[in-house]
Amino acid sequence: MAEKPRLKLPTEAKKGEVIEIKTLLPHVMESGQRKDKDGNPIPRKIINKFACEFNGKPVFSVNLDPAIAANPYMQFNAKVEESGTFKFAWTDDDGTITTAEEKITVS
Amino acid sequence: MRQLSRRAALTLAAAGAALGFVGSGKRAPAAAKEAADQIAQFTGGKTAEKGKVSIELPEIAENGNTVPLSVTVDAPMAADNHVSEILVVADGNPNPGVATFHFSPLSGKAAASTRIRLAATQNIIAVAKTSKGEFFTNQKLVKVTIGGCGG
Repeated sequence: MAEKPRLKLPTEAKKGEVIEIKTLLPHVMESGQRKDKDGNPIPRKIINKFACEFNGKPVFSVNLDPAIAANPYMQFNAKVEESGTFKFAWTDDDGTITTAEEKITVS
Repeated sequence: MRQLSRRAALTLAAAGAALGFVGSGKRAPAAAKEAADQIAQFTGGKTAEKGKVSIELPEIAENGNTVPLSVTVDAPMAADNHVSEILVVADGNPNPGVATFHFSPLSGKAAASTRIRLAATQNIIAVAKTSKGEFFTNQKLVKVTIGGCGG
């Protein structure tokens, strides 16, 4: 039950500026280490990959391990030289991919 | 998981040996060795130079379930010379891996922040790899009051 990701980045920037991007996806990030009340291990279910690209070119990506806290938060930067679209993708252990995108105007 | 003092560990080991069941029972909290292995795999056996990498973490994390972490590498992000990856490992979690960040010249800066889980007081180690094949590393000790790997 992929929930809507939260994004925070500017909508406008100057050419060559390094902007800051913050993302958060609501997700339990079940580590696979916990047990339910009957003592059975709860199977691992995490977001294992996050990627950001701009106009089709890779900007930043992460391979996540179970040590990333619930609701994986990522803050990173991007250098923008032209107007375009940022695309974000989160890959779940079960193969589900949650995506989001945001446009930026560069002057 | 509680940390044993060296003396207590030795005493326990001796007691264990006497009874003939060394190594049974509780699993040791993960393996500084596993962490070192993972780093060696990342660097391909090369020794990472200490420095350039800075790790921001609270000195004391009251809640190990969500600990803010920032890593920054003081390096240029030019097309022909940039930080391409940063590996972050924790030497006291059930599994040492935390995350691997991948950068490109479009990243603008070799910096990332996230929130992590820590089972106990331990070292966080970051190793940065540049596009030229250089490695830089640093580590930081974080004290954890309540572990975050639930059980």
